[in-house]
Amino acid sequence: MRLSRRARGLLRFGVGVGMAFIYLPLLVIFIYAFNSSKILKWPPPGWTFEWFSKAFESESVRESLLTSVEAGAAATAIALLLGTLAAIAVARHRFFGRETVSFLVILPIALPGIVTGVALSNTFTQVLGISLSLLTVIVGHATFCIVVIYNNVVARLRRTSGSFEEASADLGASTWQTFRFVTFPSMKTALAAGALLAFALSFDEIIVTTFTIGAGEETLPIWIFRNLFRPKELPIVDAVAVIVILISIVPVYLAHRLSQESGGIAAGKGGGAAEVAEVTAAP
Amino acid sequence: MTTEGVVSKRPARRRFAGLFHGRPRLQVAALLAGPSAWLVVLYLGSLVVLLITAFWTVDALSGEVIQGFSFENIEALLNEPVYRTIVWRTVRTAILVTLTDAVIAFPIAFYMAKVASRRGKALLVIAVLMPLWSSYLVKVLAWRTMLSQDGVINWALNPLGLHGPGYGLTAVWLVLSYLWLPYMILPIYAGLERIPDSLISASEDLGAAPFTTFRRVIFPLAFPAVVAGSIFTFSLTLGDFITVRLVSNSQFIGTVIASSITNDLPFAAALALVPIVVMIAYLAVARKLGAFEHV
Repeated sequence: MRLSRRARGLLRFGVGVGMAFIYLPLLVIFIYAFNSSKILKWPPPGWTFEWFSKAFESESVRESLLTSVEAGAAATAIALLLGTLAAIAVARHRFFGRETVSFLVILPIALPGIVTGVALSNTFTQVLGISLSLLTVIVGHATFCIVVIYNNVVARLRRTSGSFEEASADLGASTWQTFRFVTFPSMKTALAAGALLAFALSFDEIIVTTFTIGAGEETLPIWIFRNLFRPKELPIVDAVAVIVILISIVPVYLAHRLSQESGGIAAGKGGGAAEVAEVTAAP
Repeated sequence: MTTEGVVSKRPARRRFAGLFHGRPRLQVAALLAGPSAWLVVLYLGSLVVLLITAFWTVDALSGEVIQGFSFENIEALLNEPVYRTIVWRTVRTAILVTLTDAVIAFPIAFYMAKVASRRGKALLVIAVLMPLWSSYLVKVLAWRTMLSQDGVINWALNPLGLHGPGYGLTAVWLVLSYLWLPYMILPIYAGLERIPDSLISASEDLGAAPFTTFRRVIFPLAFPAVVAGSIFTFSLTLGDFITVRLVSNSQFIGTVIASSITNDLPFAAALALVPIVVMIAYLAVARKLGAFEHV
């Protein structure tokens, strides 16, 4: 678009302010993690690595990190299986209620997390008589992670033609062989990208977790939340926060490299809007 | 060929797979059995149970849940002014956050889609995506420390004789706008990308000033995308309670649900229906505004 020098300058200024708004708070957290004072006073009086070593030494940090990794891995595994099955059904078959499948998959992220959390916790404790534990957290996380895998795989399958699978079948391959040698290789990177994003989504989740976790257990976000109110722990919380940012950014960056599908990486977060829209408009 | 070799080693699998060969309905049923058991039975089932639970009550003495049928919770929600205040405060904040994000997001999305170079565009997309995926809680923590008495905001404003907002409703509005901003940028960016450049050139060739082109061509075409983005900023604000607790003492729908879930589960369930009803209404309006047509 042709813009006057002044309009272009104003626009650049707007983008700069917006980006500063996005990144300054993250920068502040990074700076505080190396702050030598126990009180988070600005500007920090000096610098130290102490909080990082304290964070790594802390039993409760290590335990909650392990719990988060377990929950994330298990939820991702379930979501991989269910999301892929649903994606193949929707992308490669025509059947009654096909749009409903997409709608159902998206519902857990379209509704506020608190609704999902309260609903699942209510069912576990009141109807099924299961006490809350890490297992119920995994079930909750898997529910909203399915959409990430589903979106990535559907996007990939729509781009690769179903005629390869037909050709494989015509050449005498069984259903399993076609999946093993034709379908699976073409969606391998989409699965990897989806799995990384699902893990990142689970690793960061706190609202559904709050309602589905057992009394004695903590994921890393729950640990951070509980310790935020203890002034003595704040510098360590800050160091943990920096570690969490790094852990969640790496899978997302890798996923971005793996999937060049438009919206693939945003699926399940911002790009979810597009999916909700697509589904609601479908019938 | 290699495929033959693999199959001869696994005759049982071949027989199993052969069962599905040429039977598309059976294939669909097999593919969907797991996902639908999870999402229909467990998830939708849970939402239905939540609806039913809203009509249960709690015994005042023992604190036990009574699985009867009563309009007690719904009546309390509708009649007690305190809940009306809380619901309105939450909805009002959701509206404010949505408007704020739309105003900040539009220039960024516009620059990304129509002005930046190819390289600049790729960089900006990553720059918006990364904070979207970095921990929610960490971002709230950042704002909590920034807004504190000794925080960076007061430090920057004090020399000017000003004072930051501190903790409270303004802080909730600020932090939630911050958190959901990328959710607004991405759909608007996608919407603007879909507007053909030729349309803009045509408007310019016909003599429209840049602002007129923006007002008469670009904005109307991008508006549905803004509405699509607003679905997220709105829904996420309605359900939030962590941020509200960390930067204010105010009661929102989410904080009341979270604090009543242990003592009065049926009431928490009734209250959780409020965001569902509001979101259904919002989606209906968004649909009217065309949010779902171009996406």
